[in-house]
Order: sequence, then structure tokens, then C-alpha cells
Amino acid sequence: MRLPSKPRCRSEGFHRCRVGKIQPNVKGKQMMNSTADRIRDVIASSDVVLFMKGVPAAPQCGFSAAVVQILSGLAVPFRGVDVLSDPQIREGIKVFSNWPTIPQLYVKGEFLGGADIVREMFQAGELAALLSDKGIATVST
Amino acid sequence: MAMAGSDIERLLKGAFPDAHVVVVDLAGDGDHYGARITSAAFAGKSRIQQHKMVYDALQGQMGGALHALALETAVPK
Repeated sequence: MRLPSKPRCRSEGFHRCRVGKIQPNVKGKQMMNSTADRIRDVIASSDVVLFMKGVPAAPQCGFSAAVVQILSGLAVPFRGVDVLSDPQIREGIKVFSNWPTIPQLYVKGEFLGGADIVREMFQAGELAALLSDKGIATVST
Repeated sequence: MAMAGSDIERLLKGAFPDAHVVVVDLAGDGDHYGARITSAAFAGKSRIQQHKMVYDALQGQMGGALHALALETAVPK
């Protein structure tokens, strides 16, 4: 059985994700309402929002980089939200979506999934179809 | 605070007794894993639901002791 090659966080040139681990400003599953409101605002602000490590021009983790590459390949305009620069969003988004990892992709307010799901959907042609269904223009690659 | 591949496999097998589980240490650093889980329990579930079932099986380790786990879920043919 073959596992597809996956991007990974590399110590060279990439932020080492475990270094400087953020102490959550949330306790357990509680989240401050203000953080949830901020997340809701961000998700509503653009059709396609990617919560990621680093910025689109310089992703700091291989999983985030993979999703940026897919979206860029489809020429989808998206808003990248760097969770490394905002500890409240970093922990809050995991509670908000009940999803433990970054990146997280939202399309028209709906949580689509993390890097593995986005990649599978892209490879199956489902991502372009879904974006098109939602009225977001893409180019096929 | 890394996690052994055998621990990941044990948790997954515990949650999905029928499953065929393959865990691979992608980077050889005990920190970045890939897992392919084939189980009838995924039938009729969306990808998000399937991955959430796996994260639940890992009992909160994901994002904590377990830093990166590339997931692939499937239903047996």
C-alpha cells in the first residue's frame, strides 16, 4: 500500500511548529465570545478563507503550503489568516470548528477541511466543482 | 512529547476493531506521521466526519502529543 508523499514541517527554512508552543488563552472547550466573534467576522469577510501557519507568500508549515499551492493553482482568491501571529485565533479556531489542526479552509462560511481533505478533493476534481457550484471562479490546471 | 507509531496504531485499532491500519513515520522523527485507515465504520460518512472519528479515537492527542498526522480514510471495497 502506498501512502502519498505528504508535505511536512521542515526544520530548514520552516517554522518548527512545536517551538514556542502557544499557551492557549482558552480553557478546555471554552472560548471567549470575543474570539468566536472575531473568527466569525473573518470567515464572513471573504468567500474563501484559509487559517494557516505563516502568510500565503511565506507559509511556515508544509501542510499550510500545500493548501496555498492548490488554491493558487486554481487561481482562487483567498484570504490567508496567519494563526502564528494571533494566539487567540490559533487556539480559538480549533474549538470553533472542533478540528484539532491547522490549516483549515472555509468556503462561503462553511468548513471544508484540513490539508488532507483539500488535497483529496483537489485530486478528485471535487474542489474545483465545489468552488464553481458556490460561484467562485477557478481555472483548471 | 512525541508519540510512538505503535501507540497511534493501538488507539486506532481500539476504536475501529475491523480496521486495516497503516501508520508511517513520514519524517523519521517520531513527530510527523501518516495513517491510512480502512474501516466499514466510515461508510456513509463525509470526509470531515471520517477524519473527526479518527481524531476522536486519538483521544485528544492530535494537536498535542501528536504533532502531525496526514490522514487517509477509506471504506473497504
